[in-house]
Amino acid sequence: MSRAISTELSPDGIQIERHWQELAGRRRVYSWLISVCLLVTVAGSLWFANESNAGKFFDRLPHFFDFAGDLIPRDGWEVWRALFDLPSPYFDGSLKYDYPEGRIYLFGGLYIPEYFYKMLETLNIAILSTLIGFIFGFLLCFLAAKNLVKNKLVRWVVRRYMEILRAFPEIVIAGFFAAILSLGPIPAMFAVGIHTIGALGKLFFEVVENADMRADEGLRAVGANWFERVGFGIVPQVMPNFMSYALLRLEINVRASTIIGAVGGGGIGEELRLSISRGHQAKTLAIVLLLLVTIIAVDQFSAWLRRRLVGNQAFAFGGKQS
Amino acid sequence: MNAISSAAVADFEARYPVVFNPPVWKRFMPLIIGAGVILYILYCWWFFSIGTVLASGQWQRAELYARDWVSYAIRTTVRMSPTATTVSYPRFSELGDNPKPDWVVQAGNNVTVLFGSGQSLDINDQRVIATRGGESLTVLIEADGAKPQGTMPKWAALKEDQVTVDFGFAGQADIIPERVVVSRRFLGWANFVFDTSSPFWNKSFGEVASLMISGERIKPEMSNAALAFNNIWYNSSWQHGDVWTKLLQTIVMAFMGTLLASLVAFPFAFVAARNIMPNFFANQITKRFFDFLRSVDMLIWALFFTRAFGPGPLAGISAIFFTDTGTLGKVYSETLENIDDKQREGVKSVGASPMNVQRYGVVPQVLPVFASQALYFWESNTRSATIIGAVGAGGIGLKLWEAMRTNTNWHNVAYMVVLILAVIFIFDNISNALRSRLMGKQQH
Repeated sequence: MSRAISTELSPDGIQIERHWQELAGRRRVYSWLISVCLLVTVAGSLWFANESNAGKFFDRLPHFFDFAGDLIPRDGWEVWRALFDLPSPYFDGSLKYDYPEGRIYLFGGLYIPEYFYKMLETLNIAILSTLIGFIFGFLLCFLAAKNLVKNKLVRWVVRRYMEILRAFPEIVIAGFFAAILSLGPIPAMFAVGIHTIGALGKLFFEVVENADMRADEGLRAVGANWFERVGFGIVPQVMPNFMSYALLRLEINVRASTIIGAVGGGGIGEELRLSISRGHQAKTLAIVLLLLVTIIAVDQFSAWLRRRLVGNQAFAFGGKQS
Repeated sequence: MNAISSAAVADFEARYPVVFNPPVWKRFMPLIIGAGVILYILYCWWFFSIGTVLASGQWQRAELYARDWVSYAIRTTVRMSPTATTVSYPRFSELGDNPKPDWVVQAGNNVTVLFGSGQSLDINDQRVIATRGGESLTVLIEADGAKPQGTMPKWAALKEDQVTVDFGFAGQADIIPERVVVSRRFLGWANFVFDTSSPFWNKSFGEVASLMISGERIKPEMSNAALAFNNIWYNSSWQHGDVWTKLLQTIVMAFMGTLLASLVAFPFAFVAARNIMPNFFANQITKRFFDFLRSVDMLIWALFFTRAFGPGPLAGISAIFFTDTGTLGKVYSETLENIDDKQREGVKSVGASPMNVQRYGVVPQVLPVFASQALYFWESNTRSATIIGAVGAGGIGLKLWEAMRTNTNWHNVAYMVVLILAVIFIFDNISNALRSRLMGKQQH
């Protein structure tokens, strides 16, 4: 491995060169070791995943694009009809083409198409749970910030509490409340909301800890109490960041409430799972399109608002927080 | 206090009009937002009919279910008769085939069930005496029903011909003519290591250890240690083997999904970054491709790949891989667009090939950030993998969901939750440690 050390170097130079080569050699050994470990882990993981899967990777690979079959309707307009609940010319009494059945009438002939209604339900779950998370995270975060609460015990308790809320699997909260309230959007909301409290609370208190304390000092100097200090010294400077994080969380929660929906929380997620498992191509494609458009719209709206609130700083690092 | 003269006040106001005389809409902004939020909550209250759902919820079950997380109940039935009172247990009782618990004392026709700390139930064919906290209730057993004598204490209730006695956490008993159904609750998880069908069941740790090391073979075809492991792995009520395999699947899903995603996102991010690939067309196509992968929800990918590969971790890996290629690609290309150009120019100025410019001018500054991002996603995907598992994409999610839907296996749910929390905790720490080594302490 080691190169011959040039004899033209001074004795000191030779020593330095030798040390450098030793270090480089050790580094190479470590790199190799790590690479080998990683490769073994990857190979083992893939083998294990393949073994414990219902279908084997190479057997199923030719069927990889089978899902495209779930997406090709009988004609292009079917998607349109499924999306807006218009009657289908192929209607044969089956669930596959019963688009008008799902109409939700407001008054007279005016109706909301089923999937729009379900999408609205999912969006409402996401917004409301973000709101729950924002309100409680807001109330908790000041108690966890080092610069506002000197009592170590209070901080420790609040931080661990938020950690538990964050780490507790959403699906368990949803399942627990589903057992009490029966399946539906409200258990989903609790689940996503409780997780959001923990996730936002953590981000919030980190923002508070980085806040400029000069405003707080000024307020303390004129004899303001703790609530006044927080309310007038801290909140105005952290609010844009809080809002920005809440918007980021909203993007995640839209996705999360779709997923929770699919396991029984109602909303568009459930419709999607049902329509895929029943093989209703037009309905599936309509839902996928609707979801895609909604998620892109929410993401764009939130990005626009965040840019207005905190400038480009909101995009500096990370797009996903958990 | 120093009073400020009115001239000084006017001067301040003139100098900072934004602070002292903000526009009306700005002054009332918090109020408007607050009102909007309240209106929205009211709307949601109506939309989901939250009030009705909360009111019709069976909240008394919450306590029962929460109790099941950390405790178990043993049922026994005491049948009274003038000749021979019998105590029987269900066929698959936690106490094994021939239970002789020390909290049931039988003396001739008299059976006493002890509920701990002075609480007991004294049963014979004529009467049942329940004692709790200094009070006692005598219930006479007559042909047409159980007849409580005297005033009923708060912890007992008469319903038609049967009396229910509640001992709080310790259990309860239904006194029905001719039999008493007792449910006795204990803190902890029953038969967590060995189930009742195992030869090691109900043996102390020392006994099991000595059997494993020096005992006669219980089954001739395998050593005692192998048998013990087998019995633990296939424990019928806790299913350790299945749970751990599913947990490993979840971990593998998150790990492989994130790893593959970061490996694929890495080269594409260079194409998407406009300062590195000056081709507008290539930038836009890659970026929109990332957006597409990201916006098609992980759920949709999971459902489709479950169709393609069948339920299992392959579907989960693919779903995480597809979604996160999009997200990581976006994050990576944004990082690349914010790099310091000086190093790249330096490498370029000495005549390096375009490949070498990226290798020595760009990669060294972004690699720690990329790795740190990938670690962050690995951690958060461990959580996501639990959830998408429930739609059939492999892992512990489905098992968890099924255990919850039965409404009786809450102790299994608790076990899995503890495992998941432990895994998340460990990964959190590993990823935090690695990230702070990569990025320096203050960055994560």
